[in-house]
Amino acid sequence: MLRSQIYKLKTKAINKARIKSPWMMHFDATSCNGCGIEILACLTPKYDIERFGIVEKGNPRHSDILLVTGAVSHKMKDKLKLIYDQMPEPKVVIVVGACGISKGIYQGCYNVIGPIDKVIPVDIYVPACPPRPQAIIDGVIKGLTLWEDKLDKYEKDKEEEKY
Amino acid sequence: MNEDTCYTLPLGPQHPALVEPEYLKVHLDGETIVDVEINLGFMHRGIEKALQQRTYQQDRFLIEKICGICSSIHTLTYCNAIEKLLDVEIPERAKYIRMIIAEFERIHSHMLWVGIAAYEIGFDTVFQMSWRDRELVMELLEDLSGNRVSYSMNTIGGVRRDISRTMAEKIRTTMDKIDSKLHHYIDVFVNDSTITKRTKGTGILTKKDAIRYSAIGPLARASGVSCDLRKKAPYLLYDQVDFKEITHSTSDVESRAIVRLKELLESTKIIRQCLHLMPKGELSIKVPDIVPEGEAISRGEAPRGEIFYYARSDGTDKPYRIKIRTPTLANIHPLQPMLKGQQLADLPIIVASIDPCFSCTDRVTLLDTRTGISKTVDEAYLKKL
Repeated sequence: MLRSQIYKLKTKAINKARIKSPWMMHFDATSCNGCGIEILACLTPKYDIERFGIVEKGNPRHSDILLVTGAVSHKMKDKLKLIYDQMPEPKVVIVVGACGISKGIYQGCYNVIGPIDKVIPVDIYVPACPPRPQAIIDGVIKGLTLWEDKLDKYEKDKEEEKY
Repeated sequence: MNEDTCYTLPLGPQHPALVEPEYLKVHLDGETIVDVEINLGFMHRGIEKALQQRTYQQDRFLIEKICGICSSIHTLTYCNAIEKLLDVEIPERAKYIRMIIAEFERIHSHMLWVGIAAYEIGFDTVFQMSWRDRELVMELLEDLSGNRVSYSMNTIGGVRRDISRTMAEKIRTTMDKIDSKLHHYIDVFVNDSTITKRTKGTGILTKKDAIRYSAIGPLARASGVSCDLRKKAPYLLYDQVDFKEITHSTSDVESRAIVRLKELLESTKIIRQCLHLMPKGELSIKVPDIVPEGEAISRGEAPRGEIFYYARSDGTDKPYRIKIRTPTLANIHPLQPMLKGQQLADLPIIVASIDPCFSCTDRVTLLDTRTGISKTVDEAYLKKL
């Protein structure tokens, strides 16, 4: 009994810390780099996304938030799926840029299979080509609140599974 | 070579050290790189085919999205090619504005590179600093064109927006600021032992190899090969302005950093001269939608090296064929001699030192870099990879 209570307290503390410091990963799934450099600009002093406790990580296994740019190509499709599967639960996927939402300017290109939500489930869309850093930050903040809800739900489901 | 210590390490397409998707198969003996296989094609979208299905004016916007970093030089070279086909001369003011935007792009691209290079060797402070200073140029670009990344300034027959007198004044003061920052970065890259320990003597590409593998751009200039198109084959009005071509002979990563940074000092010089020389007048001329039959080529010096456009018209409003050759395609092959015999830990900075831009490169059919045989790519083959 005591052990389970300690476990509960521990996960509660860890979750609270996780909300304060989510890790983010950027994956370039066949974009033009325009969104990529704007996402990088978000990390730099002028926009500074780190003030929300967000750290940019290159490893999907360590990340909570996935930022995807670009309209997926045939060669990239499986890699994107693989990276999504490698991320721990709960996870939030944010699509940045018009081409990831609706193919955008790449409409009609033969090697582009289209919107990212065809390949992996997406939670938040940040439109524009490319979006301004302010818009990307707004999207990430919205993603954070969503991720908080997902975390609560995930913990509840886990507990129900136990009993 | 010891059998036990030999192994193969796959890197990419997603890897913390690589900003863009590429796949490197690195053969190692202990920590030393024996051989590298480069596999590209993740960014292939089929833009050249799509260009044939759109009109010349619509193509301009798609060409801008080939690469988000060097979007202006792509449209500039494309517009030059189409203007040759149409046989029109654009107003002089438009030429100067095109040059100013192209040099702005060089500044923001090289500043970005300085940040990435510092990031790859684990020096995050310089990364943050250079990206902070890069924002100075981004602000100017936004004021001039209304957008931070895709400016859409060039159009067939001229440019779309003007530079006002107050704007010109603002550009001058910002250029002074950037100059002082650049002197600081040159000092950091030459004297700071934290950086020189990682960059001096790493990733050497000898002058002979640079010519043999036909390297271009700052990579070749850092190996002592003079190849600046703005000097060798001046386009627009580059023959009217006074600037130096920067070459350096130590051929290592440090040399590439110095070439890029010193080049920016020349860029600010060009911008100041352009603002001074710019005459009053029209921004663009009206051009017909239908382009007469014929073919034209056009070359330009992108931040990463020479960019090449071939356009062929069959007398309609859509191009018959447009072929694009981008600098990274030429610069990817010298990676093999640069990486052989180096330490694994130096791989990210060496790959970064060519300033690769894979969204530019991957419009072409897949090339086997080892055998040089090009393959036809079908869907099943792509899925297998």
